[in-house]
Amino acid sequence: MRRPLIFALGVVLSMTIFVAPAFACGGLIGPNGAVNLLRTTTFVGYHDGVEHYVTAFQFAGGGGKFGSLTPLPGVPTSVERGGSWTLQRLVRETQPVTKGIGLPLAATRSADGVQILLETKIDALDITVLKGGGAAVGEWATAHGFRLPADAPEVLDFYADRSPIFLAAAFDADAAAARGQRVGDGTPVHITIPTANPWVPLRILALGKQPNDPVQADVYLLTDQKPAMLPYARGTNGLQLAYDQTASAALLTDLRTDAGMGWVPTTGWLSQLRIDTVASTMTYDLAIDAAGRSPSRVAAGLETPGGSDQTPFVLTMLAAAMAALILVVIREQRRTVTA
Amino acid sequence: MIRSAFLLLLVLAAGACAPAARRHATVDIGIHYSHYSITRIDVPAGVPVTFTIHNDDPIDHELLLGDPAMHERHRTGAEPVHAARPDELTIPAMSTRTTTLTFPVAMTLTYMCHLPGHEAYGMTGVLVARF
Repeated sequence: MRRPLIFALGVVLSMTIFVAPAFACGGLIGPNGAVNLLRTTTFVGYHDGVEHYVTAFQFAGGGGKFGSLTPLPGVPTSVERGGSWTLQRLVRETQPVTKGIGLPLAATRSADGVQILLETKIDALDITVLKGGGAAVGEWATAHGFRLPADAPEVLDFYADRSPIFLAAAFDADAAAARGQRVGDGTPVHITIPTANPWVPLRILALGKQPNDPVQADVYLLTDQKPAMLPYARGTNGLQLAYDQTASAALLTDLRTDAGMGWVPTTGWLSQLRIDTVASTMTYDLAIDAAGRSPSRVAAGLETPGGSDQTPFVLTMLAAAMAALILVVIREQRRTVTA
Repeated sequence: MIRSAFLLLLVLAAGACAPAARRHATVDIGIHYSHYSITRIDVPAGVPVTFTIHNDDPIDHELLLGDPAMHERHRTGAEPVHAARPDELTIPAMSTRTTTLTFPVAMTLTYMCHLPGHEAYGMTGVLVARF
């Protein structure tokens, strides 16, 4: 499924592998099925038909392994260590009163029914990009130690129907500790994906959570011009457009000088979307049209792939029926007058 | 004469079928997207009932049948897999399991999956056995 979705994303399908509480930011599922929910931060930049997704795992101490799955809109051309200050710099740009950041992203590797497209290791993260249907990816994840929560089968199918590409990340807290990572240290990951439009999977933030569990995330979006997004950030749907203006030259320069960020253009539009809601309302993804026109309803999760919104057809038929009725009435009135 | 023979045949056929139905009942349960396909099951008491459970999900599930006290034990239990008792089944991902139970008296029990978060997600059902 190669829809014009651009990946972007934010946080993702997180699931725990084996045990213990060391983790990455994001919705990680603990060994007992409980969710450790922290605000996550993700940067999605889109330029020249390529999406750059930057997020990070934050070492929170402890031991054991944790993991996450992230649906992607296409096959990435690279997955590498992200820059050192991109995320922090974005936070500072939009929130003068600085606060900590945290982000997630994760994965693992091979199995039946899935195609392994890429495997790499970044610090204490083992990353695998796979292609497969929801059930196959779920089986693969289970076989590789991921403890998928109850809603995972449906969520995996939801994403696989839109794009069968997933990035799995396994975070080894023991390895992180052995590397000398300190609590709070993050491992930024930069994923590069050629795609027609950016896309941010948000529904996955609610994975494994109870209906009233909080879902909090910040998504920074850098596009060449003001983008159009779906669903609309109304606030009542848990999505707020907290920042929406031309990116400052200082910001762009700072971003461009970070590792792997040479692609950042000299001008751009910066949007900050703040997700602050409960899991039961997190039923959509963020579809983006970088050209500012009409984002895909399918990409936003508001329509099923292959289906179409019947509303226009129904309205057309209703209008035609009304017009026919009016014509008949007018004709009858004329006949009456003539008689 | 022909009519009488036909009636006799009907009675014999009914007699042959009824005991068979009473001797053994079967129940098919599907699991999809972490939900049981049936959330209420009525079975006859006093005869064996064979349950066939198909798990279409890529994750493991359970079907544990019992009273409230039994479920409370399992909510805090630590058994990773259930295989030793016919009323406690683990159904691995994408697989089918079968078990046969007899309910000696009329009773109402519940069945659930006690893997973390599954009960809260809705993996529960009621079984009513009656004569």
